[in-house]
Amino acid sequence: MNSYSPQSLQYEPRGFQSKALAVGVVCLIITLIELFLHPTQFFRSYLFGVVFWLGIGLSCTAILMLHHLVSGRWGFVLRRSLEAAARTLMWMALFFIPVVLGMRYLYIWTHPAAVAADPILQQKQFYLNTPFFIIRQVIYFGLWIVLAYFLTRWSGEQDKTANPDLVKRMRNLSGPGLAIYGFTVSFAGFDWMLSLEPHFFSTIYGMLFVVTEAVGGMSFITLVAYFLSKREPLSEIIRPSQFHDFGNLLLVFTLLWAYISFAQFLIIWSGNLQNEIPWYVYRINHTWATIALVLVIFHFAVPFLLLLQRFVTFRRQYLAWVAGLLFIMSILDLFWLMMPSYEKAGPQFYWSDWLALIGLGGIFLAIFSSQLKRKPLMPLHDPNFVGVLQHE
Amino acid sequence: MAKRPIYGVMAEFNTTKDVLHAARRAREEGYRRMDAYSPFPVEGLSEAIGFPHSRLPVITLIGGLIGCFGGFFLQYYPNVMGFPLDIGGKPFDSWPAFIPITFELTILCAGISTVVGMIWLNKLPTPYHPVFNVPRFQLASQDRFFLCIQSKDPQFEIDAVVRFLKDLNPREVNVVPV
Repeated sequence: MNSYSPQSLQYEPRGFQSKALAVGVVCLIITLIELFLHPTQFFRSYLFGVVFWLGIGLSCTAILMLHHLVSGRWGFVLRRSLEAAARTLMWMALFFIPVVLGMRYLYIWTHPAAVAADPILQQKQFYLNTPFFIIRQVIYFGLWIVLAYFLTRWSGEQDKTANPDLVKRMRNLSGPGLAIYGFTVSFAGFDWMLSLEPHFFSTIYGMLFVVTEAVGGMSFITLVAYFLSKREPLSEIIRPSQFHDFGNLLLVFTLLWAYISFAQFLIIWSGNLQNEIPWYVYRINHTWATIALVLVIFHFAVPFLLLLQRFVTFRRQYLAWVAGLLFIMSILDLFWLMMPSYEKAGPQFYWSDWLALIGLGGIFLAIFSSQLKRKPLMPLHDPNFVGVLQHE
Repeated sequence: MAKRPIYGVMAEFNTTKDVLHAARRAREEGYRRMDAYSPFPVEGLSEAIGFPHSRLPVITLIGGLIGCFGGFFLQYYPNVMGFPLDIGGKPFDSWPAFIPITFELTILCAGISTVVGMIWLNKLPTPYHPVFNVPRFQLASQDRFFLCIQSKDPQFEIDAVVRFLKDLNPREVNVVPV
């Protein structure tokens, strides 16, 4: 058995963090120009970026809790990266404040005149109104931050004291934590995205949003594991069999995404009802149809067939390519879910959409990197992790 | 005196370590046609004896594709070609409605072909197998590990194989008659 010292498992950003921060700040400042020129477009772009990067942090928290519950070798090597991603939520919550400030540009139901003229919006007003929206956001972020804080704090204490009770405590939090996660993220999906088109409703939408985020989060964390495993000594710890596990998880999330997306489509398509069907009419006609088709092929068919192949999942480089594809596709998926609410005729290229995404991404990665270097990259004192190292 | 035909030479081992070591050594020595028997799966043993890749995934894929296209055609033919009916003004070729049954039939056919293919590739049922001519072989389902080098190996030469296996710390080495 090899023994690793905490020092040898220290993550070195090597300039990555400051570069990410610089790119992020510069892109966001340029995007701010749009706030003065076209505020509506600015908030649309900003919401797109912030929802995507919040989703990465959220789904990583969920995967972390999942691993506390089910255990398994794959999760020990990911735990520190998942924790770092979970801790980004504490900072990314600040970046959600502009969305609340710009609500009236984004959501039609914030305008009293529009509500007064629309009986459906009147019926939904008990839920879709500005004060309740803000209260809900406070509750969501409060719960998420509490979960992320305690999971990472106990894990850090466990690393110092090697106290096995803390392992149990993290497991006990993760059970209710996952249930809370499921509820809050579903409702966050309704609030942030579904209510952009308040006439549309779909009960499975929350689940779809959770899974969309999970594909993004899992592919992000697979890419992180790939880049970390390029260097010693992690190249010895994160083995091909672990990449095989990551590949299987990606496969599961991809299948679930396809299943739920199609389930929603089939039910709404069959029902063909006046309030529901327009949501799909925009999304599968005109140029949006091209994006829908790209999603079917590259978010489902191609990764599905590749991830079934052992020669792909056992080779970290090939798997990293598939994860990269899925990461880009989950951005496109969010784009396709969100943007047709504004642009019914077809996708438009707005530079601010992509600058906001890159800007918030740079900030996200800088926070992620600063959190990742706080602890050794492996949970060396977790009683179960010792077994992981011994096996090889 | 005519030599009795033999199936191979079998060595019995007490531990997984021994059988793994023996299998690796036998492969280094150039033996290819061999099989190992153990009461539970031993990690690395199938790689050590050079177990060929299973053809089962291909059988599953073929079964799945038959189910997929068959299931789709099962609905496409009557709805579009055989007996088109106007249902709620929907187009005859309403493919989204065909997907659930296509999906289920894909899974069903892939599943059945996997089970049938597995039985076929395992050569089940096999009422007679020469390894049982060694009386102690029944211990393979209890606590002993066996490695059998088969006589169809091109390098097979009975005395050399017996001598080779005896060097590997076996409990017993037996010649297996056909």
